[in-house]
Amino acid sequence: MSSSQKEVCITGIGFVSCYGEGAEHHWEILGGDKAPAPVIAEDTVPPYGVHPLPEMDWALQIPRKDQRQMENWQRLGTYAAGLALDDAGLKDDADMVSTMDLVVAAGGGERDVETDEAILRDAIASNDSEQLILDRLRTDLRPTLFLAQLSNLLAGNISIVHKVTGSSRTYMGEETAGVTVIQNAVSRIASGQSTHMLVGGSYNADRPDALLPHALNHYLYDGGTEGVHGRQAKGGGMRMGSVGAFLVFEEAEHAKARGAKPYAKLQGVSSDLGKRDGDKGIARLDTMYDKLGGRPDAVISGATGVSAATSFEMDYLKNKLGEDIPVRAFQTLIGQPLEATFPAGVALAALALKNDGFYAPFEKEEKSSSEQVASIMVTSIGHHCGEGFALLGKA
Amino acid sequence: MSKYTDHQGRPIIVVTGLGAVTSLGRGIEDNWTALKKGKSGIHKVKRFSTEGLNTRIAGTVDFMEPEEVSAPGISYAMADATTEEALADAGFGHDGFPGPLFFAAPPVELEWQHRFDLIGRTSEGSIGYERMLASAREHKQEKMHSLIQLGTIAFRLAEKYETQGLPISLSTACASGATALQQGIEAIRRGETQAALCVASDGSVTAEGLIRFGLLSALTTNNQDEPNKASRPFSKDRSGFVMSEGSAALVLETLEHAQNRGATIYGTIRGVGEKADSFHRTRSSPDGTPVITAISEAIKDAGITPDDISYVNAHGTSTPENDRMEYNSLHAVFGDKIHSTPISSSKSMIGHTLTAAGAIEAVISFKTMQEGTITPTINYETPDPDIPLDVVPNEKRDADVKNILSNSFGFGGQNACLVFGRDVA
Repeated sequence: MSSSQKEVCITGIGFVSCYGEGAEHHWEILGGDKAPAPVIAEDTVPPYGVHPLPEMDWALQIPRKDQRQMENWQRLGTYAAGLALDDAGLKDDADMVSTMDLVVAAGGGERDVETDEAILRDAIASNDSEQLILDRLRTDLRPTLFLAQLSNLLAGNISIVHKVTGSSRTYMGEETAGVTVIQNAVSRIASGQSTHMLVGGSYNADRPDALLPHALNHYLYDGGTEGVHGRQAKGGGMRMGSVGAFLVFEEAEHAKARGAKPYAKLQGVSSDLGKRDGDKGIARLDTMYDKLGGRPDAVISGATGVSAATSFEMDYLKNKLGEDIPVRAFQTLIGQPLEATFPAGVALAALALKNDGFYAPFEKEEKSSSEQVASIMVTSIGHHCGEGFALLGKA
Repeated sequence: MSKYTDHQGRPIIVVTGLGAVTSLGRGIEDNWTALKKGKSGIHKVKRFSTEGLNTRIAGTVDFMEPEEVSAPGISYAMADATTEEALADAGFGHDGFPGPLFFAAPPVELEWQHRFDLIGRTSEGSIGYERMLASAREHKQEKMHSLIQLGTIAFRLAEKYETQGLPISLSTACASGATALQQGIEAIRRGETQAALCVASDGSVTAEGLIRFGLLSALTTNNQDEPNKASRPFSKDRSGFVMSEGSAALVLETLEHAQNRGATIYGTIRGVGEKADSFHRTRSSPDGTPVITAISEAIKDAGITPDDISYVNAHGTSTPENDRMEYNSLHAVFGDKIHSTPISSSKSMIGHTLTAAGAIEAVISFKTMQEGTITPTINYETPDPDIPLDVVPNEKRDADVKNILSNSFGFGGQNACLVFGRDVA
């Protein structure tokens, strides 16, 4: 970034995964000498395992009347957003949240699975299925469910529940949505268009309607409990995971003025879309890498396990950063949270930098780290398309 | 302040290319001609059965040739058409576009036709998601998968028209079209690019869509036999909006970039304002503060005052609540001056194109300034005494339009307002 640009730091993290909730809680579990055993629910959407939502007491962050207006994808995001605000010490600061800019990465929401299935059963048996669907939708759909399906209503719910109302924008496009939210937020703060932002996304994997789109193109892994690397010998694929990841980004002077202690600073973000084969793919990643403006000591990878994308990334990292660079593909442990992938990666990187450490290998294929880790690269190579890199350093 | 920068020293942003598709037709000229005549594009839905529904009318776009008749198929076909038109209009050939794409993306998901297709291919598993998953395992569905990914339309446009970098797909519900422009404005102001392509498209009128909006009491159920009369913004007898389809594309550039390549300039984007509302998922704060703030910020950002606004391109959905709230908020910002400022809603003719509305209304605004003709609010027969506005009733009007305020509001507390200017200097 040029010298006229402002420094961007992370002052709050809200994180929920199959291991539970809270930033420090995740450092305790993931940041030890040995990675924890994966938590995989085999029976939710067989034959695909998912990294499930942990047991949640939504009421800790979301009033009951508001919970009723959401399904779990929105609850998870709204909850994680609340954790991030708490963590940043801004939860009850009315002036700060009313001027805070909100940027959310979102998908398409959730359907009423029981209603869909009941209608499908009756429609198959009917000789006028189009009319039957019409008649049943009219009587069976709940008004609130529509709102649970609108992409921008996660942001809407965060505004309502946490009063974050400076501005509100929602980005879409699977993993690239997460890349865009981080890049957009960093650009806005670095250029002076914003001083404090709430940024992130959530994904609920515990649903057949969420998995079906990915099953259509045979992207899901159904071979067992292997991690991102271990799956490669069996054809690869991704295992979805329920994750809520929100961060508070602040202009460094803004954070300092209110006495906030940052986790880390964001030194650069880059993104692209294009073909991955051959030299062109590598050249695109090189251009992205050069924009980061520094060499990382370690990598937090959003690799999905889908073979083409995963080998594209791993080959690149090895060639660029050497065989010994510690790379942690976090989807091995918490699953593929689609739109929340990049925010989750940035959160895990920031957590390690704050704690002056790094993560033990998540899988036996990953190298342990002996060196001091002072800067971390975060990657998101979309399972289908789109790429993002970020570089974080100590605050 | 150089000749290329605005009152805050930021690059002056101009619009050099326009494209539009609505239920009134394909292309700027067909649409502009119909809008000036006060023609309605609302009709009885023929694409699917509406038997038994309270709402059987819409502004569907039935003349495109999508690769599949579905929300993503129709949305892509329209976005492709408007993008092609705007780029040609701006004089960008086949050498690619020198900036990023910002795309206001419609909601897409598996539709009932897809579910039936999947279920019909196998007898494995019980009828429902189990069988659809089994079907997907047996028969890979590459095309179906691609269609229902939320990023697909933007990815395809970016690839085809060779825009720069990662294309952005966004949603701020019914404010999305305005937000797409806002993204372009901000990227140019940050100095990241000299040009931006802003596109919005929504082809999501389905039976389920009509039912869902109907459950929220948002759609009008009146005038089902006279569809052209159904959308009645600001009238006392307005009773809800009419769901519609459409797309628009705008090419944004810095003034310097446009002049250097000798482009024809429609006008400038002078200001933008936004404010989120925490009151309710589908209703605005009763005191109007967020909308008032968005309008005020847009005018302030443009470096002008309400007195400088010659015309307001209204959000004007024709719901009882929106139109009253919009008037009250405008009155709070403009004072009594709003009573003599022309304001009209093209939704009276083309209905509410949801994701695309803000961008379509921007296109109409630039034609309005260029030609000095304000398009009317049709179906204005019964004025609402609580909304004493000059809505340019029923007939177009010639006027000297220098600056336009364009409002967009959406579910989820989204408010985005834009100020456009005719003259570069």
